[in-house]
Amino acid sequence: MIEIRNLTRKFDQVVAVDDLSFEVREGEVLGFLGPNGAGKSTTMKVITGFLAPSAGSVTIDGFDIGGQPLEAKALIGYLPEGAPCYGDMTTVEFLRFIARIRGFRGEEADRRIAGVMRDVALKTVAHQTIETLSKGFKRRVGLAQAILHDPKVLILDEPTDGLDPNQKNQVRELIRNLARDKIVVVSTHILEEVTAVCTRAIIIDEGRIVADGTPAELEARSRYHHAVEVRLAGELDLAQELADVAEVAGVEQDRLDEASFTILSAGKPIFARISELAQQRQWPVEEFHVRRGQLEDVFRTVTEEANRREAA
Amino acid sequence: MQNLGIIFRRELMGYFATPLAYVFIVIFLITNGIFTFELGGFYARGQADLMPFFGFHPWLYLFMVPAIAMALWADERKTGTIELLLTLPVKLADAVIGKFLAAWALTGIALLLTFPIWITVNYLGDPDNGVILASYIGSWFMAGAYLAIGSCMSACTRNSVIAFILTVSICFLFVIMGSPILLNAFPDWTPQVIVDAVAALGFLTHFDSISKGVLDIRDVLYFSVFIAAWLLASAIVIEIKKAN
Repeated sequence: MIEIRNLTRKFDQVVAVDDLSFEVREGEVLGFLGPNGAGKSTTMKVITGFLAPSAGSVTIDGFDIGGQPLEAKALIGYLPEGAPCYGDMTTVEFLRFIARIRGFRGEEADRRIAGVMRDVALKTVAHQTIETLSKGFKRRVGLAQAILHDPKVLILDEPTDGLDPNQKNQVRELIRNLARDKIVVVSTHILEEVTAVCTRAIIIDEGRIVADGTPAELEARSRYHHAVEVRLAGELDLAQELADVAEVAGVEQDRLDEASFTILSAGKPIFARISELAQQRQWPVEEFHVRRGQLEDVFRTVTEEANRREAA
Repeated sequence: MQNLGIIFRRELMGYFATPLAYVFIVIFLITNGIFTFELGGFYARGQADLMPFFGFHPWLYLFMVPAIAMALWADERKTGTIELLLTLPVKLADAVIGKFLAAWALTGIALLLTFPIWITVNYLGDPDNGVILASYIGSWFMAGAYLAIGSCMSACTRNSVIAFILTVSICFLFVIMGSPILLNAFPDWTPQVIVDAVAALGFLTHFDSISKGVLDIRDVLYFSVFIAAWLLASAIVIEIKKAN
């Protein structure tokens, strides 16, 4: 379990992480979201023991990262932002170096190196120096070093950044496979990724948590959750029609397509009710479907709310 | 301790994986030759010793050693590998010492490859090989002192050129501390204690006696403490600067 208690990290006068507290348990894949400069990377750097906290504490399975750094670091696999690796080494040399540092020798080391090279598909570039590799391969070398010791805690800072769609899928698949008995923390700004791999998401802004829940819970916080999208074939004043329906919170006209409307729900599913009304009143409906809450809406809402509070 | 060895090996392999080690060694040997034979008048002196060879080392190191040291930490910061290295279960001390030792080993290898000059002097005459051995050890320790300064300067910046210039400047200061250039600049009324103290901190004071064949434990101790102090400073600087 990762326990983060009242974590604060300052750079000179700038507060990057502000009194952050949360826990991550075994089996959880935590998506760590936030706008650029929100403090995601800083938090990860503190969790992995690269930076010391200005205040508060981080414990990994009971080991305090400041007090027992070696024990804590042994449990962690970390892919830093940009996946830095020693460019003058070949893939195999580099992984051998990591294996030695992680305490593996001889056959055990060879077995693990071969294993991770298979898992992230590095065999073709085994004897190429890392600086000559493409961005996608470099990222995978970074991933390979992070998972080589089968760590209990995996911290990945933007693991799919700069990869093509196929590679992104491979990495997500890998994360899903790894996640079963581990703790995985993934920072990303690709929201679909959170829906795809995470069991929980935390959105932070200006160093503070602004949302925490499962992707589904967060999506439910979207104003478009349970909303119904309607495309009309003829003239109809939908707002007027729905004015007295309690379940409806409002109607929005699409900015680009004037015949499309979004009917916002007041909280409960409204599709059945709307479809009933449409039939009763013979609306000229051309298209009719439920919109899912988008994480993107929630992200925008909660981060902008935080900014507004700041301004006020 | 085990990790220190692993980091040492990685670093040393790194030097030889790139042309750096070869360029360094070749240039080191060529300049050594020029200094010894042309400027030092190795033959003209008509003496079977290596005084002209070792005498130029403080000046040769002034430019050669910072060239190795400049990348020690600056490059780790620039490429971000420092974050990788320091989040592995490795003590900072192991990393600092391991990297230093690798660079020191490289200068040691370069120094060992000057052996033809030792063969030459033994062929031409009958030198005191004990003195030569002592001089080699002393010269290597002095190279270590330059490197330790370089390690600290390299930790100060992510720009290796700046690290190079800073290292050369500080090393130059320590070289001239023991030389008449600086000591004569003190006004006459300066207490002798201060002049002596400054001279005692300089490289030349300690290297001169070593290169004359007097391997005084105090001189070796001076260089050892000097190296340890600068490496400690490196670790402190890394700890402070890694955030930005």
